[in-house]
Amino acid sequence: MNTTLPGKSYQTYFRKIGQYGIVVAFFAICLTLALISPKFLTVQNLMIIVTQVSINALLAFGVTFVIITGGIDLSIGSIVAVVGVVAATFAHPDTYPVIVPIGAGLLTGILFGAVNGFVITRSNVPPFIVTLGTMTIGRGLALILSKGRPVSNLSDTFNFLGGGKIFGVPTLILILIIAFIVCTIILRKTVSGRYMYAVGGNEQASRASGIQVPRVKMLVYVLAGGLAALAGILLTSRISTGQPNAGAGIELDAIAAAIIGGTSTSGGTGTMTGTLVGALLIGVISNGLDLLNVSSYYQQVVMGVIIVGAVVLDSMNQKRN
Amino acid sequence: MIGTAHAVSLGISRFSSMLQTPILSVTSLSKSFSGVRALNNVHLNVRKGEVHALMGENGAGKSTFMKILIGLLTPDSGEIVFDGEPLKTSNVGEVLKRGISMIHQELLTVPELTVAQNIFLGKETKRGLFGWVDEKSLNQQATELLNHLGVQIRPETPMKYLSVAEMQLVDIAKALSNEAKVIIMDEPTSALSDKEVATLFGIIRDLQQKGVAIIYISHKLDEIFTLADTITVLRDGQFIATKPANEFTPNSLISMMVGRELGSLFPEIHTTLGKEVLAVSGLSQPGKFSNINFAVHAGEVLGIAGLMGAGRTEVARALFGLDPYEQGEIRINGQLTEIRSPQDAIRHGIGFVGEDRKASGFIPGLSVKHNITLASLPTFAKRGIVAEKSESTAATKTVRDLNIKIAGLDQQVTHLSGGNQQKVVIGKVLLSAPALVILDEPTRGIDVGAKAEIYKLINRLTANGIAIILISSELPELLGLSNRIVVLAKGNQTAVLSTDEATPETIMHHAMQVVGD
Repeated sequence: MNTTLPGKSYQTYFRKIGQYGIVVAFFAICLTLALISPKFLTVQNLMIIVTQVSINALLAFGVTFVIITGGIDLSIGSIVAVVGVVAATFAHPDTYPVIVPIGAGLLTGILFGAVNGFVITRSNVPPFIVTLGTMTIGRGLALILSKGRPVSNLSDTFNFLGGGKIFGVPTLILILIIAFIVCTIILRKTVSGRYMYAVGGNEQASRASGIQVPRVKMLVYVLAGGLAALAGILLTSRISTGQPNAGAGIELDAIAAAIIGGTSTSGGTGTMTGTLVGALLIGVISNGLDLLNVSSYYQQVVMGVIIVGAVVLDSMNQKRN
Repeated sequence: MIGTAHAVSLGISRFSSMLQTPILSVTSLSKSFSGVRALNNVHLNVRKGEVHALMGENGAGKSTFMKILIGLLTPDSGEIVFDGEPLKTSNVGEVLKRGISMIHQELLTVPELTVAQNIFLGKETKRGLFGWVDEKSLNQQATELLNHLGVQIRPETPMKYLSVAEMQLVDIAKALSNEAKVIIMDEPTSALSDKEVATLFGIIRDLQQKGVAIIYISHKLDEIFTLADTITVLRDGQFIATKPANEFTPNSLISMMVGRELGSLFPEIHTTLGKEVLAVSGLSQPGKFSNINFAVHAGEVLGIAGLMGAGRTEVARALFGLDPYEQGEIRINGQLTEIRSPQDAIRHGIGFVGEDRKASGFIPGLSVKHNITLASLPTFAKRGIVAEKSESTAATKTVRDLNIKIAGLDQQVTHLSGGNQQKVVIGKVLLSAPALVILDEPTRGIDVGAKAEIYKLINRLTANGIAIILISSELPELLGLSNRIVVLAKGNQTAVLSTDEATPETIMHHAMQVVGD
């Protein structure tokens, strides 16, 4: 019949993002906060938000890849801790050039991801169980490597990575932007990205289409591990300490950002834009509640309501379509 | 054959039922989805104890209609009167309680629960202070229901150990436990063997005797003419006609469904064949098939016939590398080739369209375009990045070539009709330019018009020198399309029949042959 070629109307664009409602909610909340609190819409405050959001967003990008293939990765929080300890160990002043802690950190994260991917693709054990295991292992390793103590006294160059500014813009924000662009390209433009959606949408059909499903799964866990490592290095740099207890529970914030952003836990759908908006929404709300002097105890309750509310709204939307 | 079966169905039940007021009466039912009319002013009158066939191509509105009847969808307008009182739709529970049940094509059962637990799911007999489920009485009631149907299934058996046919019978027992007065059956025979179909038909006749009305949906015309007392035809969401079944002929029914006269359903078979594309010898996989030998040539359609469980799909899956084979040789273009994965098969020019579109055909979340290019995506990519322009061009060409009816390339495949979904899957396979295409039940569950198009497509492919292996449970289809037919029985190859030798009788003879002694 009438074959419209790839339409790029705003409507299809937003439907693709899949969280029309979330984008609106995000701006509505920003507007409200701007009206209530004069401090909200200051450059300084917005910088604070994005800096706080960036670590979570990096983790959320990684876990978005995983969730799109129908998997889950609970180990990313522990990876942040192990990588932090490893990087910090090599980042003392006047020891190694800064590339060494960065390289060692990234390698550690990628290795963790590869182990996750290997066990998941070679056995029939669900990703939830496998990564629950590596989460615990990672936490233990972080404590072993650091002997349970924070690793501090880090070089200035290393501390610049997550704490510095380039032309007045915090490095964290720059890295977040670059990571977002790269992840979006991987997901939207590459063959591998397409295969991720295919595997999450229908694994059997993917196999019958000649897709090497194990390879795709391996890739997403390695990506998640690598991004968690990046987050771990930046966090360690920003707080100038390798904390073996860092990032506890942070994986759930990342998963929450992805889910609020419209990634379906049953696989096959999700976008990086959605995940970014999800992470920003979490950041803006906790910042806003801080500005309004709401206790952090209440903040957690609010966050929980938002997670479930976002998914309920999304599924109601889908039913209507 | 159709004529006589049809005469038999003109039983006494029809004449008595003619006199009664309908048990279910639907007037002026309409339903739109985001502006698109799915049903427009549809009527239906079902009498007690009749089999009422609902006919129409895919997309004619049958599913929407049935979903409204069982309360899954709310109509925009119209009236439904059931058993003398208006039926409040959009309430599944109420509809069930009033006595309308549906046997779904995809059986909705809980595999881990027992037969009895499935039958009484949601209406368990409770006992004692804490309302424990009275398993003993459930099993007893289930046995009664199943005996009533004349089937031997132990109520304590977990559902997952039953065959599809048995599950269906349990579903019917469940409907009876709801004291259903109208039972809707959607393609109930699509996964049944001939013997099981006969059992089902016996049960349907029995239900009729007891005054239960059946709304029967099927694409198989011989079933319709065997069973139906009355036929209602829908086309494009419009009500076309309701008439006694004996006022229809297969041809008049089809032309009413498609709104035009169909030419001969099957195009002429090409007889000039090219060189051998694939040859298998001694192919075996213990427990599945053994010693399979055949060859396919360029431009040839090789049919594979057999009953359910004969090993047809298993052989196809082994040829495509989806399942392993233990022994035997596969030669492609004369070269000995190992096929251990679908990647191997695709690399050697084999394409595969599986029997289950939903399970192994398309990716629901992806668009038409992305589904079509999925198997050949690397050819549209430079350094891993997809070149969207050439991808769209290829997808557009496929859509045009196969006459796929879509709203746009970005439409999700889930929203297409069965026939169009199948074309998307076939288009995907063809885009990787195979020399041999294996089609496993390519027309299952799609309407007559789309079937004819698939047949024409097969003919066009062979004209272009592509070899086809066609697996089908519909004998007319195999006979009408194949140059030769391989017959399997219980995993063994029992015959290779030429066009001259192949008749429904010879095929059935070899399909039921016992091998090994």
